Amino acid sequence: MAKIITVTSGKGGVGKTTTSASISTGLARRGHKTVVIDFDVGLRNLDLIMNCERRVVYDFVNVIQGEATLNQALIRDKRVNSLYILPASQTREKEALTFEGVEKVLNELSETFDYIVCDSPAGIEHGALMALYFADAAVVTTNPEVSSVRDSDRILGILQSKSRRAEKGLDPVEEYLLLTRYNPDRVERGEMLSVEDVSDILAIPLLGVIPESQIVLNASNQGLPVILEDESDAGQAYDDAVARLEGEEREFRFLKADKKGFLARVFGG
Amino acid sequence: MSFFDYFKSRKKNTSASVAKERLQIIVAHERGQREQPDYLPKLQQELVAVIRKYVEIEDDQVQVELDRNDECSVLELNVTLPEH
Ligand SMILES: Nc1ncnc2c1ncn2[C@@H]1O[C@H](COP(=O)(O)OP(=O)(O)OP(=O)(O)O)[C@@H](O)[C@H]1O
Ligand SMILES: [Mg+2]
Repeated sequence: MAKIITVTSGKGGVGKTTTSASISTGLARRGHKTVVIDFDVGLRNLDLIMNCERRVVYDFVNVIQGEATLNQALIRDKRVNSLYILPASQTREKEALTFEGVEKVLNELSETFDYIVCDSPAGIEHGALMALYFADAAVVTTNPEVSSVRDSDRILGILQSKSRRAEKGLDPVEEYLLLTRYNPDRVERGEMLSVEDVSDILAIPLLGVIPESQIVLNASNQGLPVILEDESDAGQAYDDAVARLEGEEREFRFLKADKKGFLARVFGG
Repeated sequence: MSFFDYFKSRKKNTSASVAKERLQIIVAHERGQREQPDYLPKLQQELVAVIRKYVEIEDDQVQVELDRNDECSVLELNVTLPEH
């Protein structure tokens, strides 16, 4: 039985795909057979971040519509063992993700995988609902900014009322806050919501804090999940988050403005 | 900016503290709405229709809310009538 983890947010562009790529890579690197599914039908992007865009032959919708088998559509990652990608379709309508179709694919994957990571599209429409419906756990990806926090709270409401677990009266979906694009400098200057502020408001366990980092763009330019940039702050922060997802305790890092910048600002400005 | 201004600016009235306050209010409001039963919008529409038989009112002049407490729930009905 696989654990289904949905990376969701409501608001667009907050870092869901970046996070899905790193979390799935991190889980696979820890020895778990993992598949990451792109639910963003029509706006496929995960393939680019995972550097497999030229190896896409069949996609999620092909499998749902019986035009290809799962084995034909799954792409095996070239860097990390036991990591697979199921790409989204580029051309079809979002409604092609039927409820029964998605359920069938997840059930089949569940037989052989340990983890299924679902990269949700933005919004609260059909595609996003399909991505979260079957979730066992949700990584609520949030930026320290008012509209993102509000949308995250809406998504939490949907997880609590419209997910499979809610509808069937099972244990609720595990909810985790992943705060991304965090800038400790701006937080210290009072220009950005702090991790405490966002945690207070959303009131769910904190999975990780990913700093705003140039490395993320560099990595995505090269098709490298940023968690594989072992030396970088963002990569290490994602590694911590994956460890916490598996119940490991890790201290939070990269929450403070770096000392040099701090002194330079106080005495230099 | 002096050394002390730096620390003062972290306290109140920063844009982040304004953001937090606004978020706390809107999120509390939206959570309250979420817990409302599904029949409320329909109930409101029908109440508007009934009242309209006697007085001319707009849709938003009837507000219906359910307040749930431990022992009982209170259905709160607010009708604003036009001035004459
Ligand atoms: N920690 C970070 N630091 C800097 N840039 C980041 C960080 N995380 C994400 N980004 C950048 O933000 C942009 C959006 O990221 P991403 O595509 O992962 O978001 P998304 O939530 O999947 O978007 P969509 O809602 O469109 O699917 C990208 O350009 C990415 O490089
Ligand atoms: Mg995305």
